[in-house]
Amino acid sequence: MNDVRPTLRKARTGIPGLDEITLGGLPAGRPTLVCGGPGSGKTLIGISFLVNGAVLFDEPGVLMSFEENAQELAQDVASLGFDLAGLIEKKRLVVDYVHIDRSEIAETGEYDLEGLFVRIEHAVKTVGAKRVLLDTIDSLFAGLPNETILRAELRRLFRWLRDRNLTVVITGEMGETTLTRHGLEEYVTDAVIQLDHRVLNQISTRRLRVVKYRGSYHGTNEYPFLVDEDGVSVLPLTSLALQHEAPAERVSSGLERLDEMLGAQGYYRGSTVLVSGTAGTGKTTLAAHFADAACKRGERCLYFLTEESPQQMLRNMRSAGLDLKRWVDGGQLQFHADRPSRYGLETHLVMMHRAVEQIRPDVVVFDPMTNLLTIGTPMDVRAMLTRMIDFLKMRNVTAVFTGLTSAGSDLETTETMISSLMDVWVLTSLEEFERRRRRWMYVLKSRGMAHSDEMREFRITSGGIDILPPHTAEGGGR
Amino acid sequence: MADEVFDLRLYVAGQTPNAVRAFANLRKICDEHLAGRYRIEVIDLLEDPQLGRGDQILALPTLVRRLPEPIKKIIGDLSNTERVLVGLDLRPRQKGPHD
Repeated sequence: MNDVRPTLRKARTGIPGLDEITLGGLPAGRPTLVCGGPGSGKTLIGISFLVNGAVLFDEPGVLMSFEENAQELAQDVASLGFDLAGLIEKKRLVVDYVHIDRSEIAETGEYDLEGLFVRIEHAVKTVGAKRVLLDTIDSLFAGLPNETILRAELRRLFRWLRDRNLTVVITGEMGETTLTRHGLEEYVTDAVIQLDHRVLNQISTRRLRVVKYRGSYHGTNEYPFLVDEDGVSVLPLTSLALQHEAPAERVSSGLERLDEMLGAQGYYRGSTVLVSGTAGTGKTTLAAHFADAACKRGERCLYFLTEESPQQMLRNMRSAGLDLKRWVDGGQLQFHADRPSRYGLETHLVMMHRAVEQIRPDVVVFDPMTNLLTIGTPMDVRAMLTRMIDFLKMRNVTAVFTGLTSAGSDLETTETMISSLMDVWVLTSLEEFERRRRRWMYVLKSRGMAHSDEMREFRITSGGIDILPPHTAEGGGR
Repeated sequence: MADEVFDLRLYVAGQTPNAVRAFANLRKICDEHLAGRYRIEVIDLLEDPQLGRGDQILALPTLVRRLPEPIKKIIGDLSNTERVLVGLDLRPRQKGPHD
């Protein structure tokens, strides 16, 4: 295809997720407005853009801070791992604290804001800056008596910044009926990002939305973002296209006989597996076999636990003959244990993303996935899992999710929403027969392969799961 | 206060019309009200841009009264003599008709 549209040059923010939503970053050489209420994270996003520019992209920056002085700023961002003082010393960053106190200023006659221009220009020249953050320009409205002059000068300032090809982030306070309290969106027409911080069901979620991005496609959803000791990261909720690869490579389920049921070769690499069943059917043990096999192959496994502690899980698996501790000690198996109720769904999603990005596993287990239903509606959980699965598939990570089916509930209705996302669905069940509980498993579906349609009996022994051969299962012979 | 020396700084950026007017207005006011006890330093930020930070200069022209303390700032071309005198504490604030 011939694409003749001129491509807009973009400046990467280095904020995970934000560059994906904006398809490459903020418009280079132009101003972007970041607006939101108090505490919504405007300054943090702006500073991340500056610091990442200086550290990652060889684009030094200038911070014109209208609200906080250099010491206050350095303290605020030190918890995010940013070393402003170090960057200033290395001449990668200039912080100029702009303070105006209306009470000590008298006004008589005509003036302009050339002093601000001179200061910005001086700072830009000092470090050869390519990026500028103006945080928060609203303070000027409180500090200067003549709004007419101020508005004319702001208009001139943004033209001036564009003429110098500076990539600029301007932060602005949210307005009641307008995007910003002082209508800054009037001056910044290239890109506008809106931040929101709300608390629902006592769980706080930060969200980000690209309201406008002239000349570029961008994701239009509200995207949750997270601020923690690793900085800011935004979570693209839905990938923009289903474009992950579908590798033909196979990985073992960890059980030879289950592999046999799956076209004799196990799961496809990068596929998503649901193992569901009522309590005590052996779902975790099945997942643990999968993790164990991955580690044996020399792969890395990330194991999310939403109910048990890692210690408890390791002990239980040891009694089933699976020594997972050696993989933990060797660093191949890492646990990530959190109660779902600690955070909102989206925060969980962001944290899972981050764990996957840091640990870079080959396989992931989420046990049990159904616990997420305690903090969101099935629709929300499904939406979240869709994003998680997309993300894992993009990275070619094979994932096993366990799902607890509550006894008596209709399996089809409770799990249909989620199972349709899965490539493979393995069902486990218990059946009482002659005063003994017998375990069964069968492959309900497995996309893209001929799979067994048999119900197979299995036992959990001190040597792990033992799937009985079809002919010897009681009552199962042909 | 009558014998105190006024240490004044006028910040400008080049010879703009506002700057020229502000300097002329300032000289006139000083000669009339502070004869023999004032000092004016004109700082052109185009030549010394780093000086804008110290006195927190945004608007130009800005007149800064450095001495006597406290520091006072007056922005604009100083065309309103009354307000300049009030701003420099050379004249008490005008009383309203009902005071």
